[in-house]
Amino acid sequence: MSSRLRFIIRRLLQTVPVLFAMSVFVFLIIRLVPGDPVRTMLGFRATDTNVVQVRSQLGLDRSLIAQYGSFVGGLFHGDFGTDFISKSPLRELLAQRLPVTLELTVFALGLAVLVGIPLGILASTGSGWVRRATDGFVIAGISVPDFWLGIMLVLLFSATWGLLPPSGFVPLTEDPQQNLRYLLLPVLTLAVAESAYILRTTRGAMESVLNQPFVTFLHAKGISHRRIVYRHAFKNAAAPVVTVIGIQFGVLLGGAIVIETLFGLPGVGRLLVSAINQRNYPVVQAGVLVVAAMFIVVSLITDLIVGWLDPRVSDGAL
Amino acid sequence: MNAAALVLTDLQVDFDVPGGRVSAVDRVTLSVRPGEVVGLVGESGCGKSTLANAVMGLLPQQAHVSGSVAVEGEEILGATDHRLRELRGNRIAMIFQDPSTSLDPTCSVGSQVAETILAHRDIGKRQARERAIELMSEVGIPDARSRFSDPPHRFSGGMRQRIVIAAALANDPTVLIADEPTTALDVTIQAQVLSLITRLSKNHGTAVLLISHDLGVIAQVAHQVGVMYAGQLVEQAPVDQLFASPQHPYTRALLAALPSAHLQPGRLAVIPGQVPDLVGDLPGCRFLDRCAVSRSECIRRPVPVDVNSTRVSCWDVADRISNPTVAR
Amino acid sequence: MTTSAVKKRPGPRLRRSAMAGILILALLVLLAIFAPVFAPHDPEAVNAARVLGAPNASYPFGSDVLGRDVLSRVLYGLRVSLLVSILSVLMSALFAVPLGALAGYFGGWVDTVISRPLDMLLVFPALLLAVSLIAIIGPGSAVATLAIAVIYLPILGRVMRGSSLSVARLGYVEGAGSRGSGHLKTLVGHVIPNSISPVLVQGSILAGFALQIEAALSFLGLGTQPPTPSLGGMLADGRDVLVQAPWIEIFPGATIALAVLSFTLIGDGLRAKLDPSGVTR
Repeated sequence: MSSRLRFIIRRLLQTVPVLFAMSVFVFLIIRLVPGDPVRTMLGFRATDTNVVQVRSQLGLDRSLIAQYGSFVGGLFHGDFGTDFISKSPLRELLAQRLPVTLELTVFALGLAVLVGIPLGILASTGSGWVRRATDGFVIAGISVPDFWLGIMLVLLFSATWGLLPPSGFVPLTEDPQQNLRYLLLPVLTLAVAESAYILRTTRGAMESVLNQPFVTFLHAKGISHRRIVYRHAFKNAAAPVVTVIGIQFGVLLGGAIVIETLFGLPGVGRLLVSAINQRNYPVVQAGVLVVAAMFIVVSLITDLIVGWLDPRVSDGAL
Repeated sequence: MNAAALVLTDLQVDFDVPGGRVSAVDRVTLSVRPGEVVGLVGESGCGKSTLANAVMGLLPQQAHVSGSVAVEGEEILGATDHRLRELRGNRIAMIFQDPSTSLDPTCSVGSQVAETILAHRDIGKRQARERAIELMSEVGIPDARSRFSDPPHRFSGGMRQRIVIAAALANDPTVLIADEPTTALDVTIQAQVLSLITRLSKNHGTAVLLISHDLGVIAQVAHQVGVMYAGQLVEQAPVDQLFASPQHPYTRALLAALPSAHLQPGRLAVIPGQVPDLVGDLPGCRFLDRCAVSRSECIRRPVPVDVNSTRVSCWDVADRISNPTVAR
Repeated sequence: MTTSAVKKRPGPRLRRSAMAGILILALLVLLAIFAPVFAPHDPEAVNAARVLGAPNASYPFGSDVLGRDVLSRVLYGLRVSLLVSILSVLMSALFAVPLGALAGYFGGWVDTVISRPLDMLLVFPALLLAVSLIAIIGPGSAVATLAIAVIYLPILGRVMRGSSLSVARLGYVEGAGSRGSGHLKTLVGHVIPNSISPVLVQGSILAGFALQIEAALSFLGLGTQPPTPSLGGMLADGRDVLVQAPWIEIFPGATIALAVLSFTLIGDGLRAKLDPSGVTR
């Protein structure tokens, strides 16, 4: 069995305890609420009979192990629980909401990568003013709160120029053009900060690689500058850049929660926020589960890419 | 006597630093003939690596290089970037000290050998691959064909240095500069790599400039030896002669400081003083402050004189030659 | 033979941008602490006559949908933001530094016991974790502070662990240990002082992000609760009247950006001076 295959399997297996730990935490959310979660959920409608009824409905009267068992068992069947307020199964709700969040985050990440990596490479090999300009962009991108940027963009493009809608959503499958119109500002908002990070990481990684002795040897062999930068330096720099992109995706997901609320996008993030405000714990549980799972999956993918890029990692030599 | 493959004439390398201008290499003149191994020895910081990088054109932009470096008669100092790239890895090659950092860790070793060929020869990828495998066998990589696609970290230090040599010599260059090629290797492997270099040099007629701080390494393989101190080339001689009758006070002190040279067990000779700070005004002979036989003329730069086939830059020696009857 | 810790050489001076960052931060902290003095009006004073009033001499940042002075609210909101961000990082460091030092110094099973659970926390995106904790405990700035401290615990812990790992391997430290100085003394006297600078760097940068997180949480209604003024909350309030009164959005947001900028500049400057090797992210 090739070492790469072994690495892939090893990494996949490592995901299992992570998923387990995550599921335990999510499971504990309702159970950690101080006081009686059921009373909190019912609010002023709580009567003694109600409480007992709801508690048994939610299975909260059984032992923790039994509860966890049915929780995980339900997940394997695609049963995410039931919305406490609307009483509808969460699976459908999530199925509606998840694609929206996915579209938002994937497009934002894609745009950030398309802008950040080339600019980062340019900044590492470029002249003084290129560096200073990218420095400024990076600092601004990181410091400006993304939701404020979003509001400013809305002010400019919607309110003042009336070019783009300030909020709302149309699914991709229904009307691609409208879908993109509604997504443009949110994606742009998220992508700015993200590309600043990616640019900075790329530039740092490239600079560090270009200072290494093997680059000097490449020059001594008479290899062209272009080939050195793209074929060798970038390949070495790619691993840390991809790793950071994976980590940054977590920040992107967090940002998505806020941006969805800001732009009125019907995604999982906005669902989560309103559920928290309504004390709709089953929805909170499902929402956290889904978002955390997204992050774990993306981390897995980036780790696999890094392993594929750098043979030292897949050999376990690093 | 065949024409020299590499000729350095009054090579000077200056750097601008906050305190002033530093001349890291002070008008060095030396030449290497085809098939000859010239060793360049000196302590750390004496400028030998700077010299090597200057020949290859690998110094940063802030370095001021003057004088002449001629490869097969062609002046390469001041050559265009394009011409330098054509020459490097093709007519002149260089290998460095640490084999574990000389190779791209993410590429297969074979591709890094083939890369040199493809950069300078108009042949197909498959041909280049075959040639690379040949080269890898020639330098002693067992089972080269199946190890072609292995990444560098799967090889030992000695093997990696062999690969580096294969990559550097892939296009049969006229000149090879080896900057401390064995310093990072085990002593037992050192001998193997050194004999590889000498064998290749003899078989292909490559002129080798071997740089080391280790006199033992130099003694093993060099035909000619140059001794550097603080950027200056103070003595140059055939290897046997250098060890048998060193002329320059620094060379003498260096050889006396070798542990093996010592008659009295338990005490090592040291050269008193320190290498001078290269910033600011320096005397013409930079060994002045530590020299046991310095005199007033040493403020001026010594003119090289010949003693048998040794060329030495020292006023004391020059005096002795012109006044042989005066007792020392 | 002295056993005092080796002092680091001064190294390059602090960059100009970092000095600017310190200046800006100092100014903001001053304004925040003395908000009651600087604020021209009561931040919670409702004034029907000044509803959505444009900026003028007595209301330099304009007034909001209830006629309240935006400048005063910004100053008080800044108080909360700075308090939460600085406090959360300090709280986090309070636990992260000893835990990380222990993990790096002892290694082995100590390291595993400490690092594994902390790494599990890293599985969650930061904001998601904060939001989950708030879901459990309930909203508020105190909860937000706690949540952010929890988020940063594994990050600072990792940085400290990495840094103390290399310091612990240094000759003089191992020597101190073998002389029977005792582990605790070695840790406190040698390891921690010499490995703490990356934590300072990371902490400064994280303080900036903490400020953003607090603002985001307040924006979502999960952080600082009204009627306490908060920068994020103001941004949420101003959305409906964005066209008529853009100043409600512009000034609080610019203040957040400025504060985060100062932390970032300081962090970057500290990094250049203290930790060029890059133990931090």
